[in-house]
Amino acid sequence: MTASPRPEVAFEDRMATVEFRVAPEAHIVLDGDVCRGCTTRPCVTACPANLFVPTADGGILFNYEECFECGTCYLVCNEEGAIRWRYPEGGYGVVFRRS
Amino acid sequence: MGETFDAVVVGAGPAGSAAALVLARSGRHVALLERGPFPGSKNMYGGVVYGRILDTLLPRWWEEVPVQRWVTRRTTMVLTETQSLSVDYRTEAWGSPPYNGCTTFRPDFDAWLAGKAEAAGAVLVASTTATGLLRDHGGRICGVRTDRPDGDVEAPVVIACDGVNSFLAKEAGLYPSADPGRFTLGAKEVLALPREEIDRRFQLSGDEGADFEILGATGDIPGGAFLYTNADSIAVGVVLELSALARGGRRPEEIIAELKAHRAIAPLVAGGELEEYSAHLIPEGGYDAMPGLVTDGLLVAGDAAGLCLVAGIWLEGVNFAIGSGAAAGEAAVEALAAGDTSAAGLAGYRRRLETGFVLRDHEKFRRAPKLALSDRVQRVYPRIVCDAVEELFTVRNPEPKKGGLRVLRNELKKTDLRLRDAIRDAWAIVRTFK
Repeated sequence: MTASPRPEVAFEDRMATVEFRVAPEAHIVLDGDVCRGCTTRPCVTACPANLFVPTADGGILFNYEECFECGTCYLVCNEEGAIRWRYPEGGYGVVFRRS
Repeated sequence: MGETFDAVVVGAGPAGSAAALVLARSGRHVALLERGPFPGSKNMYGGVVYGRILDTLLPRWWEEVPVQRWVTRRTTMVLTETQSLSVDYRTEAWGSPPYNGCTTFRPDFDAWLAGKAEAAGAVLVASTTATGLLRDHGGRICGVRTDRPDGDVEAPVVIACDGVNSFLAKEAGLYPSADPGRFTLGAKEVLALPREEIDRRFQLSGDEGADFEILGATGDIPGGAFLYTNADSIAVGVVLELSALARGGRRPEEIIAELKAHRAIAPLVAGGELEEYSAHLIPEGGYDAMPGLVTDGLLVAGDAAGLCLVAGIWLEGVNFAIGSGAAAGEAAVEALAAGDTSAAGLAGYRRRLETGFVLRDHEKFRRAPKLALSDRVQRVYPRIVCDAVEELFTVRNPEPKKGGLRVLRNELKKTDLRLRDAIRDAWAIVRTFK
C-alpha cells in the first residue's frame, strides 16, 4: 500500500528547474536510419532528461538542449554507431547549482 | 595556449583539484581545465562527503568547507511495497570537529576546492573542453587538445580527472569496452523545505544532518535510494543499474515518485517544492571493472578511474576522488623531479593507491558491487527480513509465539530461495565485509 498519489510536477516543469546554456552545436547526434531499425529503444526509457521521443514514422526525435551530459544514452544503446556522443563546447550545457 | 606546463589536469572536480593543488604546492606549473563555466557546475552526487582525507591537504578544512549540514544521523532502511525496517544510528560525535561526513552542494564544494588549487598557483581554465590527447612524434602523450582557439596544452604529464565518461582514458586505450552493467544512473530531486521543518521531521538541531540509505525501493531494477538533508532543502533520489533500467520500461523520475509516495518516506518529503532535478552516472563496477590507471605521460583519477566505492552499507566517491587525485599529483611531482614521466616513472601512483585506502578498500570490497546488485539482495532478502520481523511482532493469541528461528525458517520456506544460494550469499557477505 502506498500513500495516496500526490501530484507530480509536469516533466517540462521538472526540467525548468535546471539551468542549461544551450550550445550553438549539438553535442549528441543520432543516425536516424539506425534508430528507425531499432526495436528495443532503451534510450527512450533510460534518459533521465527524457530527450528521446519516438515519432510516428518509426524514428526517434532527439533534442540535445536540455541534456544532463550523463552518458546514459550511448551506454544503453545497443545499435552500433547510432549515437555519436561528446561533451558540449566548453562553457555550454548543463549548470547545476544545488545538487 | 602557447604556454608549456609541467602538468595538465583535466577536470576541476575533487580529483582534479586535489591533483592540481599538490602539483602547485610543489612549485610545478600546472593547468587545471574545466569544461563547465565554473568547477562543480557539471557535478551532482548522492549524499555525503567524507572529508577526513582533507586533514593533511587542508588542515582545519571544516572551518571553511561550504557545508550544508554535518551528518549526525545515519539511517539504513529496507523497504518492500508495504513495509519498512530501519537501523537508525545517531551520534553527537559526528557533530563536532573533525566531523565524519557533510552534505553540500557540489557546485559549491568543487568550486571551493578548485579555489584552493588556484590559490596555490594552479592555472584554472574554465569553459574549456579537452577534446583529445596530444601525442609527440613517437606517439607518446604530451598534452591535450581543447576546443579553444590555439587550444593545445602541452605538458609532460596529463592527469585525466574527466569524470565517469572519461574520453581521455578511453582514447588512451585504458578502458575495456563500454559495458552498461558497470554503471548506475543516479537521479535526484532537491526539494525546498523550511529549515525548522527539516529539523522537526528529521529530529535535528543546529547544523546537524541526516542521511538515509535505502534498499528495496527500486522494484525490479537493481539499485538503491537515498534521502538526505541540506540546510533548507532535502534531496531524494535513486540509483539504478543501467542495463536493467534500459530493459525495465520504467523511467527514473517515476521510480523517484514511487519512493516519495512510500508510507515510510512520504511524511519526510511532503510539501517539498522541486528546486533542482539532476542526474549523473556512477561507476559502480568496483575493483574488477577499473580501467588502467597509468600509461606513458598519463594518469587517471577519480570517477574517470572508476573509483566509487559501492559496497552495500558504504557509498563513497568524493573522498576516493580526492585521495586518488592527491596521489596522482604526488606521483607526477616525483616523476617530474626524476625527469621520467613514462609509465615506469609514474608508477608511484599505483603504489600510493595500493598502500593507501583508495585501492585497499576497493580490493577488499571487490565482491560487494555484484553482491549488492544481485536479485536476492535486492528483492528476496528485503522481503524475507521484513516478513520475519512482522511475524515476530505480530501477536496471534491464542496461538503461542513461534520463536525467532522458526519464524525465519517459515519465511524462507515461503520463497523459492534455495538454501544453498542463501548459504553462498551469507558466506559471500562474511568474506566481503569481514
